Amino acid sequence: MAGYIVLGTGFGILLRSAGYGLPWAFAMSAFIFAGSMQYVGVGLLSGGASLLTTALTTFMVNARHLFYSISMVDRYKDAGRYKPYLIFALTDETYSLLCDGHAPDQAEADRYRFFVSLFNQCYWVTGSVLGSLLGAVLPFSTAGIEFSMTALFIASFTEHWLSTRDHIPALTGLIGTLLCLIAFGLERFLIPAMLLITFVLSLFGRRKGAAS
Amino acid sequence: MVAVMAAVTFLLRALPFLVFHKETPPYISFLGKVLPPAIIGMLVIYCLKDVDVFRAPYGLPELIAGLSVVGLQAWKRNSLVSILAGTVIYMVLIRTVF
Repeated sequence: MAGYIVLGTGFGILLRSAGYGLPWAFAMSAFIFAGSMQYVGVGLLSGGASLLTTALTTFMVNARHLFYSISMVDRYKDAGRYKPYLIFALTDETYSLLCDGHAPDQAEADRYRFFVSLFNQCYWVTGSVLGSLLGAVLPFSTAGIEFSMTALFIASFTEHWLSTRDHIPALTGLIGTLLCLIAFGLERFLIPAMLLITFVLSLFGRRKGAAS
Repeated sequence: MVAVMAAVTFLLRALPFLVFHKETPPYISFLGKVLPPAIIGMLVIYCLKDVDVFRAPYGLPELIAGLSVVGLQAWKRNSLVSILAGTVIYMVLIRTVF
């Protein structure tokens, strides 16, 4: 919760420092609602990326949401009228809260999940708006604020690393991407990296499956 | 552009609900387990892609701030603290030392 406010504020400041004001911050947080993608989106907007690049990058950065949704398919099955919003609001934070948070009894579960999702988005929008306003009045330069995105992923990477003993996926992600960066260059490495990672992990998975 | 980002994001979130409403194939569940840490690793590299390690300051601000994040996260297990401190360290480093 506090996390969303702070990260949202960081996003708002970053967006403002790229030259996009309050309406942009609000619209992005209200309609996209994807933390890390919005950070990446600031770069896309200010860099004047094409719509195709935007779509592809969004696909790459948010492809992990496919897997959040996959693991929620059963849980959201009977959510009825809450379902569309629940699906829309299934961010990293919402996912991590709902995948191990204990919902109250079944009848209340969908309402509980709906409000967790909704409050999350409220914090996120509030943070973004706050950051956008703050970015306009801060007395010092905000150069370097973009490192908050890097820090966000490094922290998440460390957390994943500490919570498991199987480091093959994490290492595949790091090394595979690095290789693709060297092989394909700055502009085009994300898509090959994604394919390579999926391919290598599938191989490992098959070997493990055969061994057990 | 914002609309494109919003649409793609929502489609990604909705697709599995449309496709797998009966049961999830084992291969997909497997990917769901191993891909997240790998993609986070990919995004770490993505964020650092513009760092030039062959020219001063050789990526040192990123390295120091990045290692601080790792250290803090391992110590406190609090992402918020790690992210805030790492960003502040980075902002101070690029202003004063490098």
